[in-house]
Amino acid sequence: MGVGELLLAGAIGVAAGISSGLLGIGGGILFVPALTLVLGLGHVEAESTSLLAIVPVALVGSFRQRSYGNLRVRDAGVIGLLSVGGAVAGVALANVLPVLVLRIGFALLMLNLARQLFQRGRRDRRARLAGAGG
Amino acid sequence: MDEALERLSRERLLRLAAIGSAGGLFSGLFGVGGGTVMVPLLLLWMGYEARAAAATSLGAITLTAAFAAATQGLYGNVDLLAGGLVGLPAVGGVLIGTWLQQRVHSDTIAFAFAALLAVAAVQLVVR
Repeated sequence: MGVGELLLAGAIGVAAGISSGLLGIGGGILFVPALTLVLGLGHVEAESTSLLAIVPVALVGSFRQRSYGNLRVRDAGVIGLLSVGGAVAGVALANVLPVLVLRIGFALLMLNLARQLFQRGRRDRRARLAGAGG
Repeated sequence: MDEALERLSRERLLRLAAIGSAGGLFSGLFGVGGGTVMVPLLLLWMGYEARAAAATSLGAITLTAAFAAATQGLYGNVDLLAGGLVGLPAVGGVLIGTWLQQRVHSDTIAFAFAALLAVAAVQLVVR
């Protein structure tokens, strides 16, 4: 592991943290490629190590958001606890279901959510501009 | 009136439970982050404002990731050094990201998230 790899991994880490704070995601979408492509981890190790890296990021991000007044602690607790159960079920189901078919279905669902979010953004933007104008 | 309020809060609780289960299920099935599912659902289904959706998603992720990382750690799949190399700079990044988030319009956050979802959808099929 050379200095170049260390710096690149750190830089991708910073980018992952920024997108985590901006969008409310864990940052695994950037952690996993940094761990496999730059630091040379295998896929399973990279996914698992990414989960570890997410913990301090999400924790610090949550505390900052709490001080900004954006965090709904109880809602986050309900969602977080149930999602642990959901994840256990998901891992079990991944071994028995036709995952490729599901993957394509889920990708389409995500594109549909993207379309709806885009419309929501446009509506918010119109409301904001109308508010600013008059 | 009380009954209506109670029904409302029960419905809210059910929706939160559904969002949490869906986020966990999809991340277990496909390896996508729970945030990509939870943030849009909080925004579109619970009527959350964009900043509150992102903040609450991060809170939930803290719990899920801690549990999942501990489980994977028991299997010996976690590389502490590599995790620190990407994770510690990312803690600095999240301070910048949350600071920045308070200074952009919420429609910008919605647009950025729509773009992220489109990328994640493509990545899910082409890998």
